[in-house]
Amino acid sequence: MEVMQDVMDDVMGGEEGCMSGCITRTGCLFIIILIAVLAFLATKFPVALPEIALPAEPILTLPFAGFSVTNTLLATWLTMLILIVGSFAVTRNLKLVPSGLQNLVEWGLEVLLDLVESVSGRRGRQFFPLVATIFIFLLVSNWMGILPGFASVGLIHEAHQGGYQVQQVSILGLDIGLLQAEEVGEHETGWTVFSFLRSAATDLNTPIALALISVFMTQVVGVQAQGVRYFTKFVNLRGPMGPIGMIVGLLETISEFAKIVSFSFRLFGNVFAGEVLLAVMAFIVPYLVSIPFLGLEIFVGFMQAFVFAFLTLIFMHMATMGHEPEGEE
Amino acid sequence: MEIDLTTLAAGLAIGLGALGPGIGVGLLVSGAMQAIGRNPDATPQIQTNMILGIVFAEAIAIYALVVALIIKFV
Repeated sequence: MEVMQDVMDDVMGGEEGCMSGCITRTGCLFIIILIAVLAFLATKFPVALPEIALPAEPILTLPFAGFSVTNTLLATWLTMLILIVGSFAVTRNLKLVPSGLQNLVEWGLEVLLDLVESVSGRRGRQFFPLVATIFIFLLVSNWMGILPGFASVGLIHEAHQGGYQVQQVSILGLDIGLLQAEEVGEHETGWTVFSFLRSAATDLNTPIALALISVFMTQVVGVQAQGVRYFTKFVNLRGPMGPIGMIVGLLETISEFAKIVSFSFRLFGNVFAGEVLLAVMAFIVPYLVSIPFLGLEIFVGFMQAFVFAFLTLIFMHMATMGHEPEGEE
Repeated sequence: MEIDLTTLAAGLAIGLGALGPGIGVGLLVSGAMQAIGRNPDATPQIQTNMILGIVFAEAIAIYALVVALIIKFV
């Protein structure tokens, strides 16, 4: 839990340093000039509102099997690449007394491991790989999603409705179209951008895949811990209460499926809403007002990764324990 | 004044959907503040659990937001 405290301090409690910096007269002047310049820029170069679409946009379609690579899939691959290359870079020459990057990673993993073991005790090390993988993957993909270049660089397509004008620019022999913020008229063709990269969790497929893995592994862990007895949670014929046990088992079965829905929609909704929020804020008041929301998105990205990983951990921990009536909440 | 019914539906979905979580977050924070007032030493743990609870309450508002977005954009 201390990690969360640290990040909260970073995100929320950073005012002291700024206050002492802003209070001087030159500092004040500088900030006022900056705001004036940005406000001038905002009127001169307004920001276009991107077309907000729930499904991911296909970037390239493979000729066979009708499989198309979408921008969220590209972002997922990029996340995986970063994690794989990163872990190779960290473990390339391990030292007994760590320093630099190795030290940082060891610290992070130790904090995570302590956290996991504080929840599920001696079984912590068994759950740790999956929980930590979910956490690190989601953290990297969520934080990558707010980098510049995501959702702003891509292929230009004809818009279904509305859309914006395009200005052709040639840089280093490449034809580049810049999307203008002026809306097109009634009968002209409008254009919109299918960005190359879009945060992985803004496609419902990614959270559902993770939720399925998490719920399936919960059953596996439950069977490992209790054997076939684990399934008496779902089908309970010989219990002392008879038919009531059946109904409770039915409810337990439904709650397993509800877990998939709540896991996936919580993550998808938060990240997607964050993207929409940033786009709309940049459209309403360009450049300046988005900055606090970027901070909010860093916090939300961390919290959602944390919640997903630790709910998985808690459900796994509950699955390993027997089905005592008083053990249930 | 003409208004598209889907816009109205999206507005109602998120507006009504945010009511419950708003009350929930208010109750959570009020409880946490009282607890911190009684026992300031336990602030870190209370704060962390409060944030965790807020995230769960907020998730319900997010479901409403997802529904509103689906109504509006699909």
